[in-house]
Amino acid sequence: MAKVLVVTSGKGGVGKTTSTAALGAALAQMGQRVVVIDFDVGLRNLDLVLGAERRVVFDLINVVQGVAKLQQALIRDKRLENLWLLPASQTRDKDALTDEGISRVIAELRTKFDWILCDSPAGIERGAMLAMRYADEAVIVTNPEVSSVRDSDRIIGMLDSKTVKAERGEFVAKHILITRYDAGRASRGEMLGIEDILEILATPLLGIIPESQDVLRASNVGSPVTLHNADSPPARAYIDAVNRLLGETIAMTVPTERKSFMSRLLGRRAA
Amino acid sequence: MNAVTPPTRQLIRMRGRSYVAFVFSPVVPVAGWLEEIDATLGRSPGFFAGKPVVLDLSALQLSQSGIAHLISSLEQRGIRILGLEGVDEEHVTTSMPPLLTGGRNCMLAQNDPKESREKEQPKAKPKPASLLIESPVRSGQSVVFTEGDITVLGSVGSGAELVAGGSIHVYGALRGRAMAGIEGNAAARIFCQKIEAELLAIDGFYRTAEDISDSLRHRPAQAWLAGNVMRIEPLN
Repeated sequence: MAKVLVVTSGKGGVGKTTSTAALGAALAQMGQRVVVIDFDVGLRNLDLVLGAERRVVFDLINVVQGVAKLQQALIRDKRLENLWLLPASQTRDKDALTDEGISRVIAELRTKFDWILCDSPAGIERGAMLAMRYADEAVIVTNPEVSSVRDSDRIIGMLDSKTVKAERGEFVAKHILITRYDAGRASRGEMLGIEDILEILATPLLGIIPESQDVLRASNVGSPVTLHNADSPPARAYIDAVNRLLGETIAMTVPTERKSFMSRLLGRRAA
Repeated sequence: MNAVTPPTRQLIRMRGRSYVAFVFSPVVPVAGWLEEIDATLGRSPGFFAGKPVVLDLSALQLSQSGIAHLISSLEQRGIRILGLEGVDEEHVTTSMPPLLTGGRNCMLAQNDPKESREKEQPKAKPKPASLLIESPVRSGQSVVFTEGDITVLGSVGSGAELVAGGSIHVYGALRGRAMAGIEGNAAARIFCQKIEAELLAIDGFYRTAEDISDSLRHRPAQAWLAGNVMRIEPLN
């Protein structure tokens, strides 16, 4: 049965789009049929992160308004045949999205795919509301800082009240994905600890993605990090998260500071 | 069987029972006030018929004969006085209705008698005086319950808001705002298992996070009003 998963956060810049691409690619690599939808109408980015920006013809708004058929707007990834993209429109704004139109598009996608990943825009307005509207599950992307955690708390409240599932009295399964976790700063007490975040949000943890140059490097070449360098620490963390989404039990590893041989040597001498 | 039954003692049963009565509070000039009563009776002659009426004379300084005159004036209008309130005992004679004390206010619906009877028929269940929330209250959510207490089984997030007519109980961390006793209940209190609140308010008196002692932070605590000062103390 198809699952609709919204990747959301409230706050901007925490890594929703990067995480959508990485999770989508990892799911596709595991043989799942995946479509990622960019809901950030007017500020689309997912096409860039997936390296599909030069192949966009029709977009989500065209499909919602009935100008184009779904098959015309879907873009298949060149590297992963199971991964598809439904891009956002860059020339329109979020008011062009309609509840009825999104409902129809999601219902049609449910018949064709195993996973429908909705990349939510930042904020709590129309775009974000419609991205989460039909979700069965939600990944809440959170950075280890108070502003991000509070925004996530707000979004969790909305997932529990504004989604179709919530209105039916059912629950949207929620998962916290902590991104940009810097072990060094955490050990110096400059960031919120994992325990603190989970205590505040009272929601299960899906994974901890370490802050890494690998993420930026992958985005710049238009490739999800799980595809670009599958052995890098962030890619491994995303792959673990996907396995947990698929129901496997995998021990959670909190990234630790990696000291170089030299700094360890110097550290010992100093001590 | 023995034919002679021992004489049983007749017990006098005395019970307390409270009733609802109209309370009249005449004001000076009494003649003008009586005219108002006449006007009311003119609009609906049977308004006070058969209703118990208590006379509250605390706003007047009447002599014994003055009180007697007022009572008889009302009796002429068909209003029977059940008791007196707010007068010195020495002014009350045995022929006057007894002096009452300890009265409590209650709401009286000023409805047409017929209408009120119809309304009473499908007697609605009394509304619950407390609201139980079994999930965390998230940032941006606002829970307003003016009828009584709010109890939260979970945490109240930063940016969330609880507004209660009565007390607030949080079995978790209170990181948002809690406003208790908002409709003028100074006896309301706020309890939480972990105090990290942005703002606490009871009956209009408030304290922001800055005014809450750091030594209390992260501890179980309660807040209440001592006069015009909000006190916040640890619970253990």
